[in-house]
Amino acid sequence: MNTLIIWSITLAQIVLFVTLAPLFASWVKRIKCYLQNRRPPVLLQPYRDLRRLFAKEIILATNASIIFRIAPYIVLGTMIMAASVIPLLIVQLPLAAMADAIVLVGTFALGRFFLALAGMDVGTSFGGMGSSREMTISALAEPVMLVVVFTLAILASSTNLSNIVSYVLNQELVFRPSLLFALFALVLVGIAETGRFPVDNPDTHLELTMIHEAMILEYSGRHLALLELAAQLKLAIYAVLIANLFFPWGISQSVTPVALVLAALALLVKLMVLGILLAFGETVMAKMRLFRVPTFLAVAFTLSLLGMLSFIMLEGR
Amino acid sequence: MNVYADLPLLQQGIHTLAALVLVSSFALLAQSRVVATIQVFAWQGFLLAAITALVAWETDLEHLYISAALTLVLKAFFIPWLLIRQARKLGILREFDTIIRPGITLMVAVSLVIFSYNVVLPIQQFSQSVTRDAIAISLALVLISMLMLITRRKAITQVVAFMSLENGLFFAAVSATQGMPMVVELGVAFDVLIAAVIFGIFFFHIRDSIDSLDVGLLSRLAETDE
Amino acid sequence: MNVIDWVLIIPVVGALSLALIPNARLGAWLNIFISATGLAVSIWLALTVLGNGAITSDLFYVDAFNVYLVVLTLLVGMTTAIFSRPYMAHELDIRKLTPLRLRLYHSSFQGFMFTMLLALTTNNLGVLWIALEGATLATVLLVSLYRTRESIEAAWKYFILCGVGIAQALFGTVLLYFAASRVVPDPDQALQWTVLYEYAGQLEPVIVALAFVFLLVGYGTKIGLVPLHNWLPDAHSEGPTPMSAVLSGLLLNVALYAVVRIKMIVDAALAGGDPHNPQLAGYLMMAFGLLSFIVAGLFLHRQRDIKRLYSYSSIEHMGLMTFAFGVGGPLATFGALLHMTVHSLTKSAIFMTVGHASQIAGTQQIDRIRGIILTQPVVGWGLLIGTVAIAGFPPFGVFTSEFLLLTATMKSWPWLTIPLLMGLAVAFAGLFRHLHPMVFGKPPEGQLPIAVNPLPLLLHLGLVLWLGLSIPRFLAEWFDEATRLISGSSLL
Repeated sequence: MNTLIIWSITLAQIVLFVTLAPLFASWVKRIKCYLQNRRPPVLLQPYRDLRRLFAKEIILATNASIIFRIAPYIVLGTMIMAASVIPLLIVQLPLAAMADAIVLVGTFALGRFFLALAGMDVGTSFGGMGSSREMTISALAEPVMLVVVFTLAILASSTNLSNIVSYVLNQELVFRPSLLFALFALVLVGIAETGRFPVDNPDTHLELTMIHEAMILEYSGRHLALLELAAQLKLAIYAVLIANLFFPWGISQSVTPVALVLAALALLVKLMVLGILLAFGETVMAKMRLFRVPTFLAVAFTLSLLGMLSFIMLEGR
Repeated sequence: MNVYADLPLLQQGIHTLAALVLVSSFALLAQSRVVATIQVFAWQGFLLAAITALVAWETDLEHLYISAALTLVLKAFFIPWLLIRQARKLGILREFDTIIRPGITLMVAVSLVIFSYNVVLPIQQFSQSVTRDAIAISLALVLISMLMLITRRKAITQVVAFMSLENGLFFAAVSATQGMPMVVELGVAFDVLIAAVIFGIFFFHIRDSIDSLDVGLLSRLAETDE
Repeated sequence: MNVIDWVLIIPVVGALSLALIPNARLGAWLNIFISATGLAVSIWLALTVLGNGAITSDLFYVDAFNVYLVVLTLLVGMTTAIFSRPYMAHELDIRKLTPLRLRLYHSSFQGFMFTMLLALTTNNLGVLWIALEGATLATVLLVSLYRTRESIEAAWKYFILCGVGIAQALFGTVLLYFAASRVVPDPDQALQWTVLYEYAGQLEPVIVALAFVFLLVGYGTKIGLVPLHNWLPDAHSEGPTPMSAVLSGLLLNVALYAVVRIKMIVDAALAGGDPHNPQLAGYLMMAFGLLSFIVAGLFLHRQRDIKRLYSYSSIEHMGLMTFAFGVGGPLATFGALLHMTVHSLTKSAIFMTVGHASQIAGTQQIDRIRGIILTQPVVGWGLLIGTVAIAGFPPFGVFTSEFLLLTATMKSWPWLTIPLLMGLAVAFAGLFRHLHPMVFGKPPEGQLPIAVNPLPLLLHLGLVLWLGLSIPRFLAEWFDEATRLISGSSLL
């Protein structure tokens, strides 16, 4: 009986995550429009776009291989898998046993690998260019992600996301420079990985600068819809990661309705604030030239290393 | 592992600010725009003043409040203001300084941090307080500033590096030893002030002699070509 | 007011008044007058210390070790002031300088003297640092006095290198204070020499060893120890010659004085032996000293600029002194103290003649300075005798001190006498291969003598000769007292 409830909550949480992910992207866009004195589309616009794309027929290039066709499913699959293990509202759910931070990094890498393959598959110049850029960035971003994970893991003595969240949640008010740096580093990596300003521009197809959009240029119809959803999901995952790892307050540790409602409210507020911050950041920043991106990620890497070092130097005794 | 969490919040605050000072020195190292470099330097001065004030609060040492005020005025406002004014006069405020291989420089800086931590490690067994970490951080600050001094070509950014070196020393004095005797601190502050003014004079001399502030062009006295 | 106050006030008043007096030629005379007054007061101070023992207060600490350096500083300061009057007047005549810059020069000269005297007499390690940094600040605008591209480069190098170096010294000072504030009851006194000597045995050896490394690197930059010496030849060659004379004769000495004082504390703190070698400080100084001695000796051979030549000779001799203080023991210490004196007298005399020689030839290029002895015998003979003296020939004082140093080395480190002797030979060859044509060569057409005041030259070389023939009794006792302070036992 109890198990059944818990599993159904787990399932509900996954469905909720996937279905509400476009809403977060839309929220960011909306705030951005306000900040730039434009009229925003309605909040549900991403769903309309997705529905429209699902209805459209798929046009495949004549030389497209099987990779090109299965990539959208794999990419979305990895994202859903990631979304299913991240502590969203409750910690210590059954699936949390596989919520290993290193596995999470690997899951992202798997999705990215297939996306890059698909970008090169048809053999257009833009696809290849996008793939090469994406791999460059991810080669630099992944170590950062790992060092951040290590810092948190040393802190909580576990690489399990759920345990880390519980640890941060249960400690008293502590100023930890290591967490501060890990947070900054994760934010920078998140920006690079989800293709936001100032690394990539999610709104345009400007051929000289695009990265993510270049890889999915050849996709249409249902495939495109899946990839779009995967991208929105990725953004939401990073947002939830940042919100729940570093500001876990409100997350529920027991399965009571009151706690669940409170957790949902807390998460909503956190995500809304994060979305506002992201939109604000994207508005004030200019996109950086591509060859500056390695420097950007080097800064992120330094920050993450500093986080680990300051943990060892200042806090580890 | 939980010992850190047991420290009073005030000390944790000092630690966090100390780590931020370290970050600011990394930012100085990576920042190539002249105006941004000076701004980061001002922030570093501000953080130092905040640390000094917190230490003063913690230890109830009145003369530390004076040094905090002095630091705030001198390093967060006066020297940055002076540098920006001069950069504007020389027309280099918006210019970029070339940084040789920023990624590698940053990694070298990280290894310097590890090195300084290792240097002070033997002190650990005798010290119960936070001072050992403070010495490690200040040593790292000093070394990173020296690295910045080496990797920069413009006179004005070299001066910022020089001054941030001074900041690292000041940090050591404040956090490891709760400030030096007053006469020493006043004297050091005075020296820094005079140095800043003389540096200012130098900018004009250098520009007058080589039409640029790129001190890499000053290479006539090398021993090698003799 | 007591006598130490007067020693310090005179140069401050001098610096301020010289900054205000617009007439440069009057300023030059006033500079001499102020320096002479300072010298008189310092002799009074020396007599006081000799009669009543060390003067100790919260601010000042004068014992046998530093009081003789105070007198030496003011003596060289006065003779340099006498020398610089005609020298700078000539520079003014040939339009290398403007009267305004000459005013800056005079004022900074006294400012520099003040920082030297403050560094010597203060009882506070922190104030010592401030004074040495102040010395850089006071002289940096003098190095670039001629505003040529080279002089500005030299000044920038001097400023940055010495600034960075001395920052290391401040770090060491902070560490030392950190160690001291744990054992000294009143932290406000924890940086005083007197208090530190008293508590030296209780200081934390690890921290003190770390502090010494930083202090040696920091003040070693000022001494001009290889590999931190880069600023020294540049600053000496591009600045006005009186500056080179006081830099070589005084600043290097004072920086060495600081290191030796610190070594005394470190030796006491490490005496327990664990976990560091009790002679760590001595070994480090020996290594740096020997390296500087040999490298500078080799560099002598490839110089083309006469002032750079003699500045490398300064590095060489400072290396030798650092080595000797590192060896420790009464004999080596006595020798090093004597060498400090004779070197600073001889080297400032040499720089005076070098200044005149390059004015006669109109260049500092060694291969264009020819036949000085024919054009103006005083300068030529001065250069020749000065170089003979600095190379360590008897009967000059440098011979005596080097002989003592070699004997001391032979006694405690027999193998090291070989590199020392070889270094001396190399340096001798390096100096004389350049010297011979400059002094005896055929003078170019139309080379004319210039206005020279030979008094400082004669005074310095005479003193060096005297010290070589016989050290007067009061001076010997004085050195012996200082030796006892530094090395723990007296020689005589």
